[in-house]
Amino acid sequence: MKKRVWSFVLAAVLVLGLLSGCGGSGGGGGSSDGGGSGGEASDSGKVLNIYVWNQEFQEKFNDNYPEVEKLSSDKSITYLKDGTEVHWIVNPNQDGVYQQKLDEALPISQLGITTADVPNQYKYTQEAVTTADGEIRALSYQATPGMMVYRRSIAQAVLGTDDPDTVAAAVADWDKFYETAGQMKAAGYYMYSGRADTYRVYSNNVSAPWVDGNTVVVDQSMMTWVERSMKDTQEGINHNVTGQWIDEWNKDMGPDSKVFCFFLPAWGLDVCIKPNVEGTSAEQDWAVCPSPQGFYWGGTWLIAANGTDNMSQVKDIMLKMTSDRDILRNLAVNNGEMSNDQPLMEELAQSPEFGIDLLGGQNYLGVLSDAAASISLANVSPYDQGCTEEFQNTFGDYFNGKIDLEKAKANFEVAIGERYPELKSGGVRWPS
Amino acid sequence: MPNEKKIKSVSYAKWGYIFILPFFLTYAIFSLIPLADTIRNSFYEYYYSGLKVIGPNWVGLANYMEMLAADLPKYAWNTFVMWILGFVPQIVVALVLASWFTDARLNIRGKQFFKVVIYLPNLIMASAFAMLFFALFSNSGPINSILLSMGVVGEAIRFMESTLGARTLVALMNFLMWFGNTTIMLMAAIMGINPSIFEAAELDGCTHLQKFFKITLPQIRPLLTYTLITSLIGGLQMFDVPQILTGGQGAPDRTTMTLIMYLNNHLQAKNYGMAGALSVFLFVISGILCWIVFKMNTDSDPDGSKSTAKRERSLAKKGGKA
Repeated sequence: MKKRVWSFVLAAVLVLGLLSGCGGSGGGGGSSDGGGSGGEASDSGKVLNIYVWNQEFQEKFNDNYPEVEKLSSDKSITYLKDGTEVHWIVNPNQDGVYQQKLDEALPISQLGITTADVPNQYKYTQEAVTTADGEIRALSYQATPGMMVYRRSIAQAVLGTDDPDTVAAAVADWDKFYETAGQMKAAGYYMYSGRADTYRVYSNNVSAPWVDGNTVVVDQSMMTWVERSMKDTQEGINHNVTGQWIDEWNKDMGPDSKVFCFFLPAWGLDVCIKPNVEGTSAEQDWAVCPSPQGFYWGGTWLIAANGTDNMSQVKDIMLKMTSDRDILRNLAVNNGEMSNDQPLMEELAQSPEFGIDLLGGQNYLGVLSDAAASISLANVSPYDQGCTEEFQNTFGDYFNGKIDLEKAKANFEVAIGERYPELKSGGVRWPS
Repeated sequence: MPNEKKIKSVSYAKWGYIFILPFFLTYAIFSLIPLADTIRNSFYEYYYSGLKVIGPNWVGLANYMEMLAADLPKYAWNTFVMWILGFVPQIVVALVLASWFTDARLNIRGKQFFKVVIYLPNLIMASAFAMLFFALFSNSGPINSILLSMGVVGEAIRFMESTLGARTLVALMNFLMWFGNTTIMLMAAIMGINPSIFEAAELDGCTHLQKFFKITLPQIRPLLTYTLITSLIGGLQMFDVPQILTGGQGAPDRTTMTLIMYLNNHLQAKNYGMAGALSVFLFVISGILCWIVFKMNTDSDPDGSKSTAKRERSLAKKGGKA
């Protein structure tokens, strides 16, 4: 049984709330020899298990990793050239399942990777996964600054043009954004899909981390989101879709939808929008511009399991997928990805030839390049994922008109107490 | 003769014990020890924050007090409401079907086929069933599409966002999953009734309804009670269906949060203390219910002589006093 446990080696981690370190007060670190009994990393494994939160990394790996030989007929196994079988295990990302793995992961230094091996990566992608002991525990192949992705046809119909610069000016700040939203509504369109879409635009612009000592501090920006979302839902500015990754959200991206824009990072183009419009009239009906407020959203990191018996393979996969310039260029060109290679992205951002079909040939990197360099992790905390999930869930009932604001706040306090017992005594501080 | 004596004292009982030993060993390792551990944990503050362990610190009954003071009654009520919403139609439909299927006069054809069909939902994994309903009744799902295109409703009904809708869906699923099982149990009970009673009743001009209420129901009463109690115990543990249907949120406003879902919430933080206290609470309730079933099934007065004697005694007493 032990054998099986230790061969779970590589997990693609979606760090939605960006979990960094362990709050500084210890608790992180201690896992580097957590395997203890017989958990020594080795190289003898013939099966490599990779845990992923959806098929995204699996496809990118199969398309780009040079050692891939063939796939099994159901695509659940990838055979490598040296005979190793890569088994894919897809587990949705919920309740922070992957985020919690980070502290247990093997530091890249133990795999024999130093920061000198990955010099071009955006610094924040490494800071985000540096634990309290100063060890980097994961590598990412992408950068995730956010942008506003909008429908060209609706922009044409309402604003008279689909030119990204003009649209950008029409949503330059929240006031302008809502001016435009009014026009959209008058013309029978929805400005955006649902409250979860704007959530990160607000939650990335908070003034302090979620937790102070053992008190949960709700930022004014979060309450602004609550207020705005309620108003927009009641007034029909948004389409009142209750979440993301659900059927209605996907339909809102589809060809028959009346929803104008989405707030997504580059990965959203390939992962969210493309599958919903492929082969339809809306296939190239998209363009991007900066969002009213800057934001970023998650990202997928690769982490090595402590005690892996595929050490050199894991090292090679992590290095190739996150720093090989050819692979990263492919990801940008074929998948609309913002790859984790700052010089390459800056070069492509300037290149007039670069662009993807989904956006009618627009160069999205021009919009994102500056934003990626300016992502700050000053306000992230280990509690982000839980607070984010519970905040959206408990206020969901409020937006649906089932409970009043006070009840929603009370429910949030209860949910936080259940999820993080250590925060129960500190309570929740609401902005006055 | 010493030899003879020895042979007499040979006991085969030890083989009996050896043969049942594996069960008791596995039971002790996988049930008894964890059970004791759960009870012990319920008196401690003991949870994880990330990789950091807090506790175990002895807190006495604090976990129990906290649970009773705050949320437990609400979740117990939720569980009960969803159970009763599912159980009432379940027992009614099961009774009707069972009496039809066993009725010698009706003699329904393809009985075997129907029995299989009504039992089928029980074979589907509850979580798969819940996923199916989640998709069917989602805001842009097929049910809403049908209602919209038929013009029954003007805009999509948001089933999952109202307390009534969500609870009814959970109850509906539990009903669909379990009525077949109950039907088959009740059929067994009805077929156990002596057919000559029915024949005699018919000769006396009994109607179908009279037969059902005056003969069938009283005769299967013990099994009905058994069904009620086992269903109640099953209902106490209701978990998978509402968990999947509401994504573990018990939405809206925690009105579909059952006791076990609440337990599950504590397990996210590996909060063994609170989860243990809740488990002990459930254990006690289930224990009481099981005791009732046990009492019912071990009839100490099979021919009614004891109760008759008792009645006569009390009558005599009253007579004496008067």
